[in-house]
Amino acid sequence: MKASIIVFPGSNCDRDIAVSIKKITNLEPVMVWHKETSIPESDLIVIPGGFTFGDYLRCGSIAANSPIMNDIIKKASDGLPTLGICNGFQILTESGLLPGTLIRNDCLSFLCKTVSIRVENNETKFSNKYKQKEIINIPIAHNEGNFFANEDTLKKIKDSNQIIFKYCDQNGEVNEKSNPNGSIENIAGITNEKGNVLGMMPHPERATCKITKLTDGENLFKSIYEFLS
Amino acid sequence: MNKITEKMVEEHGISSEEYDFILESLNRDPTITELGIFSAMWSEHCSYKSSKYWLSQLPTKNDFVIQGPGENAGVIDIGDGYAAVFKMESHNHPSFIEPYQGAATGVGGILRDVFTMGARPVALLNSIRFGETSHEKTKHLLTGVVSGIGGYGNCMGIPTVGGEVEFNSSYNDNILVNAMCVGIAKKDKIFYSKASGVGNSVVYVGSKTGRDGIHGATMASAEFDDNSEEKRPTVQVGDPFSEKLLLEACMELMKMDVIVAIQDMGAAGLTSSAVEMAGKGNLGIELDLDKVPCREERMSAYEIMLSESQERMLMILEPDKEDIAKKIFEKWELDFSVIGKLTDTNRLVINHEKEKKADITLDILEKGAPSYKRPYEINIFDNESIQEDKYKNESPISILKKMIESPNLCSRRWVWEQYDHMVMTDTVLLPGGDSAIIRVHGTNKGLSVTSDSTPRYCASDPFEGGKQAVAEAWRNLISVGSTPIAITDCMNFGNPEKKEIMGQFAGVIKGMIEACNTLDFPVVSGNVSLYNETNGKGINPTPVIGGVGVVNNLDIFSDQNFKRINDLILVIGKTNGHLTQSIYANELLNYKKGLPPKVDLEEELKNGLALKELITKRLIDTSHDISDGGLLVALTEMSMKNNIGYKVNITKENLNSYLFGEDQARYAVAIEKSKIEEVRSFLIDKNIFFEEIGQTNKDNIIFNDEKISVTELRDLYENWFNNYLSEAS
Repeated sequence: MKASIIVFPGSNCDRDIAVSIKKITNLEPVMVWHKETSIPESDLIVIPGGFTFGDYLRCGSIAANSPIMNDIIKKASDGLPTLGICNGFQILTESGLLPGTLIRNDCLSFLCKTVSIRVENNETKFSNKYKQKEIINIPIAHNEGNFFANEDTLKKIKDSNQIIFKYCDQNGEVNEKSNPNGSIENIAGITNEKGNVLGMMPHPERATCKITKLTDGENLFKSIYEFLS
Repeated sequence: MNKITEKMVEEHGISSEEYDFILESLNRDPTITELGIFSAMWSEHCSYKSSKYWLSQLPTKNDFVIQGPGENAGVIDIGDGYAAVFKMESHNHPSFIEPYQGAATGVGGILRDVFTMGARPVALLNSIRFGETSHEKTKHLLTGVVSGIGGYGNCMGIPTVGGEVEFNSSYNDNILVNAMCVGIAKKDKIFYSKASGVGNSVVYVGSKTGRDGIHGATMASAEFDDNSEEKRPTVQVGDPFSEKLLLEACMELMKMDVIVAIQDMGAAGLTSSAVEMAGKGNLGIELDLDKVPCREERMSAYEIMLSESQERMLMILEPDKEDIAKKIFEKWELDFSVIGKLTDTNRLVINHEKEKKADITLDILEKGAPSYKRPYEINIFDNESIQEDKYKNESPISILKKMIESPNLCSRRWVWEQYDHMVMTDTVLLPGGDSAIIRVHGTNKGLSVTSDSTPRYCASDPFEGGKQAVAEAWRNLISVGSTPIAITDCMNFGNPEKKEIMGQFAGVIKGMIEACNTLDFPVVSGNVSLYNETNGKGINPTPVIGGVGVVNNLDIFSDQNFKRINDLILVIGKTNGHLTQSIYANELLNYKKGLPPKVDLEEELKNGLALKELITKRLIDTSHDISDGGLLVALTEMSMKNNIGYKVNITKENLNSYLFGEDQARYAVAIEKSKIEEVRSFLIDKNIFFEEIGQTNKDNIIFNDEKISVTELRDLYENWFNNYLSEAS
């Protein structure tokens, strides 16, 4: 089985994600350059974090128009599991695969820290190894991670149970204080309606190693792998 | 051709003796392009003319050094076939004029110095120094510099894992921004800048050349540029996205056997890279500037040669391998242009628009560069002591509260949370401790990194201050359990033409030499930044030391955080209570006289190696160097992370000196109950001075009879930056 990791100019978590996937699952990571026009035969697509095209325009907006995106949109719409992390999440909203948008952090600065997030829906391809309402610690590192959606969109997201992760405190409280970036309803990660496309701002690939004392991201990759096998 | 006037020579910073030498060597008047080239190559920044006499005395070798000073960065052997490549550089003046871009391009420059040698950058550190907090510019400069550093490093995807922040009035009009980068390469795949092979191609890659950063060009442009352009700001603008592409393109090309030599275009741009590469190879170089990719129209030869546009590299390739390289740079959508060739003439020949714009023998530029042994006078403060301590009757906890919420001791979290310090997923020890630890990717080995300087010590006694800066870096690497290997230095001083400033430089270097020798901790790279003065007042002498060490087994290291309650707390090293030049004296008592603590290097070595052995034997996993702020501040820092306090009983006559003095060669450690006996007998056997002062304690800090919660102290410690920045100026 294979995971295609899309590499754009300015991607910088591509190696990290490849290392995590290889270590935790039996998926073989394949790097796919953004100028390709089709995704090779794969079981998973991953759009990694970074600063595609410098994020000099709206984050992810230029990458969302790269040649490879047509095939990603096609395959993801057909149900192929697709994961976007950080800048990858931004690219997924820019390409229309996920609802809502990511705007500047309300603290108006880049923020890198380990935060607690709560699993809101453990019945997805991406979260089945977590317990419902489990509190996990995963690092964030972004300047534009403030999730926003208008009322109608938000209602749809909620009605179809698309919210997967919410920022919380160490005790699982979801409130303003435990919201690092101003995201509406503390949203940290959502899926599309079908549940096969996940976008999340926290970096699960940064929480897959005992030596850094962060391992809560492992179950995300295990969930995907279990679903696929 | 325009005639070179006396005024033009002066405006290029060339002295009349230097100009006479130029006339004599060329046997004619220089062209304006040549004048610009001499000016750049003989500038303090490129020629080290005031400092090289002293720098050449620094120890630069030990068993691990692969490449010492003189290359783009230093290289050390870290075992298992890997090498660490590192250097620190200043970007002080640009950051004061335009803090975001100044700091950002400082980071960009140091990154290129490392990856041009074939190393993938794995860590960044930044030592940044600002004026006093009440100064009108400080907030603006602080926020600009921090977001500039973050903006560049974050986009590149290289973790920023350490550094220092200091506030002091001596930097009011002259802030310091020193950036350090550490990279990792295969030991047998290091790339150097020495050109070889007559007839080989000189290749320009990266971004296009613009008029940014042409120092000295703006002032005279009306006289030598008929199309007199508007004046451009002299601060370069950084483009981390282009640099990321340049990094990946270089890494891809370096996997192949194509590059003969490579160097980044940093200070003095194309001029210094062309001159240095050809000079090192004892060859000549001929450039056709019509081939240089420019982003502005009608740039003159002078401008092209002196532009400091960012994200550019110069490479030497064999002509038949150009296509391989070209393909890679085209993939990454970067410029690639063959702009000249190597010759055997020992001359730098510049052609532009069908005219020869410069023709200079490289020996004149390089070896003819001036070197001065400037007059110096090493001044030290009088040995005075504090007569009146206004906090004599105040409780230690109440003083501690003031200390840890002071700008120079409080938490730097506000700064480092704006830096991505976890990308690459190899950050084992995060910022905020003595050293950060970065795993060597794919191995169980780590690199420890730190940067340190105590300028107030250097101002009061340059020799002791120089020793201390090196010793503190060494100590910070020891206290995480690593083996210190080597350092890079960034020497920030005032005007070297003043003998007391030159004395500070000389004194600091002499101190560094002693410390480097005793601790076997040589200098492998560095940078000098002089003339850090405004209105005749120099900054505190600030030699920033960037230290790199190796952790051979990442299962065994130590950090500063208390981990268990009822651990025994022990201080290794003797506390004499040296108070003058401490933060307590300087900032709480506002007493700035007197001498800094002396550094007994033999004691440093003995105590440090003993601690390292204890960590290696897994007897100690919690240790912290005692430096700024003294003992009680160190213990409090150890309490913060895991919310475990301490209970100590100390009664002394001069209690404040004991608790807040800054004697050197000391570490605070916490020892698990079951290991106490073994540690005790080890230290006694080794004849190490130590004191047992108390135990770790749940949630609270108890000093004699006084009690305070760790949470309360943490709030004070963590909130200073946010409070400061939210105050209206």
